Amino acid sequence: MKWDTCDPKTAYVLHLADDALILGQRLSAWCGHGPILEQDIALTNIALDLVGLARQYYGYAAELIGEGCTENDLAYLRDSRAFMNHLICEHPNGHWGDTLARQFYFDTFHFFQLEALAQSSDERLRHIAAKAIKETSYHAQYSAEWIIRLGDGTEESHAKIAQSLAHYAPFAHEFFVPAPVDQDAHKMGLGPDVSSLLPAWKEKVESILTLATLPAIDLGFAKKGGKDGVHSEHHGYILAEMQSLARAYPDATW
Amino acid sequence: MVTLERIKEHLALVMDPEVPVLSIVDLGLVRSIEVKEAIITLGIAPTYTGCPAMDVIHDRVREALSVFEAPVKIEVVLHPPWTTDWMSEAGKKKLEAYGIAPPVGKAADKRSLWGPSAAVRCPRCKSEDTALVSLFGSTACKSLYQCQGCNEPFDYFKCF
Repeated sequence: MKWDTCDPKTAYVLHLADDALILGQRLSAWCGHGPILEQDIALTNIALDLVGLARQYYGYAAELIGEGCTENDLAYLRDSRAFMNHLICEHPNGHWGDTLARQFYFDTFHFFQLEALAQSSDERLRHIAAKAIKETSYHAQYSAEWIIRLGDGTEESHAKIAQSLAHYAPFAHEFFVPAPVDQDAHKMGLGPDVSSLLPAWKEKVESILTLATLPAIDLGFAKKGGKDGVHSEHHGYILAEMQSLARAYPDATW
Repeated sequence: MVTLERIKEHLALVMDPEVPVLSIVDLGLVRSIEVKEAIITLGIAPTYTGCPAMDVIHDRVREALSVFEAPVKIEVVLHPPWTTDWMSEAGKKKLEAYGIAPPVGKAADKRSLWGPSAAVRCPRCKSEDTALVSLFGSTACKSLYQCQGCNEPFDYFKCF
């Protein structure tokens, strides 16, 4: 396939796109299942922002690949090994606290990642990031407020969110371990050295955990592989659901 | 005759599908209008990256400009990014009259990641004693508030 042998720049754009799409797809599964209407709407709004962002990146990647490639091809016709999203994005939704712990780690990382991308050597990435950071700051505020509410809530909510946060910590660690896709991008000035984003992320996360009366987290060893295309068992199920229509009816439009 | 003035007049009639009192001109989404060799080229900014209304807006723009019987090219302009500062003062007044609280303050001094929130005025009773119910309201660009004065819930167009 034409995207299997893409250059490092296109690969990096796809990596950014895959994070947004896979997490957006995960969050959209909350539609109709949120604990109350307002929160159901909030998560689906965040999902919508992420899928919109994924479209921007895939559209750009499709232009770089050329040969008539479209954003839909990249979202719906690539196999699991071609996806370069962080493992945390594909992790199942679990309960409300699990989803918000995952979101809190991701949003906080995403905010600092976009801040760095706004300084990218690539104009298009700069423009996309400058736009997306505004939405992402709302996401980050939302998920942080939930961490505080749950941590500083009841004994049960405190225990559950502490457990969710500890569970996702090794997955969050992957954000800051450079993979070839990050290293190549950093060399070209496209994106940051991801390990350099750790101090700001840690400081922000810890300040929220303190407000939430939660213990500091230990990132532990990094559960990684997503950026190299090596995914968890969950990834195949997401693609199966997300891609089934496009694969069954290749010329379908909607 | 296709003139920039006439194109603007027609664009001022294209309403946002989610906020039907505001035209795309009030919102400040029209960035550029160009007529060259009988082709109309428009630069239109998206409000939110994932705003589902964008496709509808593009369709309505084409429909509104169909009177000119000229090909219409729409370019999506990402830079500089759209903010609520682009919304006209007239637009903000129309919003409030419609029952949606307009964005408070300028984008540059909007509350940052975890700062305190600005006072949002109830569009009905004008009380500033209001509380945020949810950051995300009926659309991505709005938050849900409740007025402590008249108890009515209302939408607030986020400062963005």
